[in-house]
Amino acid sequence: MSTWIDVCDKDEIDEEDVIRFDHAGKSYAVYRSPEDSFHATDGHCTHENVHLADGLVMDDIIECPKHNGRFNYKTGQAKGAPVCVNLKTYAVKVDGGRVFIQVG
Amino acid sequence: MGDKGMVIVGAGEAGVRAAFALRERGYQGTVTLIGDEPHLPYERPPLSKGSEEAGTVRAIVASERFAEAGITFLRGQRAISLDLARHALRLEAGEILSYERLLLATGAAPRRFPGLATSDRIHVLRTVEDASAIRRHMREDGRVAILGGGFIGLELAAMGRKLGTAVTLFEAQPRVLMRGVPEKLALALQARHAAEGVELLCGVGIETIADGESGVTIGFADGRRIEVDAVVVGIGAQPNTRLAAEAGLAIDNGIAVDRHLATSDPHIFAAGDCCSFPVTAYGGRRVRLESWRNAQEQGSVAAANMLGEAASFDAVPWFWSDQYDLTLQVAGLSDGATSTVGRTLSPEAEILFHLDAEGRLLAASGLGPGGAVARDIRLAEMLIARGTRADPAALADPSVKLKSLL
Repeated sequence: MSTWIDVCDKDEIDEEDVIRFDHAGKSYAVYRSPEDSFHATDGHCTHENVHLADGLVMDDIIECPKHNGRFNYKTGQAKGAPVCVNLKTYAVKVDGGRVFIQVG
Repeated sequence: MGDKGMVIVGAGEAGVRAAFALRERGYQGTVTLIGDEPHLPYERPPLSKGSEEAGTVRAIVASERFAEAGITFLRGQRAISLDLARHALRLEAGEILSYERLLLATGAAPRRFPGLATSDRIHVLRTVEDASAIRRHMREDGRVAILGGGFIGLELAAMGRKLGTAVTLFEAQPRVLMRGVPEKLALALQARHAAEGVELLCGVGIETIADGESGVTIGFADGRRIEVDAVVVGIGAQPNTRLAAEAGLAIDNGIAVDRHLATSDPHIFAAGDCCSFPVTAYGGRRVRLESWRNAQEQGSVAAANMLGEAASFDAVPWFWSDQYDLTLQVAGLSDGATSTVGRTLSPEAEILFHLDAEGRLLAASGLGPGGAVARDIRLAEMLIARGTRADPAALADPSVKLKSLL
């Protein structure tokens, strides 16, 4: 069963940036794009156990802080070596100025 | 291109990346990757780090991907000679491979301590076998000496402490990481090692090393002696240039390549630890880098140029090291810097920016827990690549996003 989880106020994430969100023993990365849309993926890189929220967001891309593996955070698609496994993405909605992600 | 195909000598990060990049670029001919180790290609960075379970080996790519991509991987085979005129490479087993284009990704070999042979107790670190042998000494009641305060030595010291081993680390220079890491960060790392229980001896001359039945005895210039179970020598590496040199290719602290990674023979390219190349961002200064990302990026660029492109390798040098929960990242080359600006991200995380006389950013070095410094170092790398003159006040102020300086 899926649930909407309250992450934060939308202004707590800067444009073209990412924050880490931990919930029920799992880590997520929640993004705000340059076009002001919100997105969410698994919190760890698929290549190594590293928090993506420490990485750099440029346009639609999140770059892993460790090895510069790149993913499209809107689709989860891995963009080439060293990462070849896509990131899981989660639905996001903004309601009353709050950001929610759908997990489970 | 003809049907001779592409041949790659060396199945480390650079060679493997190049092999797959050839296919990703649509090359249809034969691709042969030759590795002298008996294993599938594996990642070397984890070998010196405590983050992995002892003995786990991380493959660079899953084994089935070679067949899927139509790459012939010859393992446990050594290339012994190269005939430039005939475009032919001879393997130790006698086979001769013809190439349309050849990539030398032969890596580097650990430098040996003069007069000291490796044994059950004396080790260097390059291969997974070396790593297993070293880990066998990393026991709770073990006592290990590490010669050399470079990345490998320091990472192994951290691994040893994590496993409860008594570790003594010797560095002939006055401090660790004299090459490429600013003193302030090197001393912070030294302090952390000392706090973790590593006995650090810098500026110490070693007179004798005696490899005995029950242990190794190290004698110092000042007459002191210590006894350990094992010694790891981590005093740098030398590029594997023999094949290239004997064939007559130009050598200059590694196989000399141009900015397209072509050697002095236009049909032969080189990538990774084995080659020296001009760094575009630093006026074409020739360097040789031993780093994972450099190997990977050069493998990609070499593959493009083997297929007739004229791609320039213009990446800013970048490397990282993990010790305990700390990560050090360095982007750029700081030689020639006339001033340094610090940015404190947290009590444990700091970045130093190195600027030249015109205020241009030359390098940035960061030390902090986990990924704390990664984003700023990555942005610094972009600023360096663009030759940005950065306002020192903005660099020093952690509330100014570096992205805003791009």
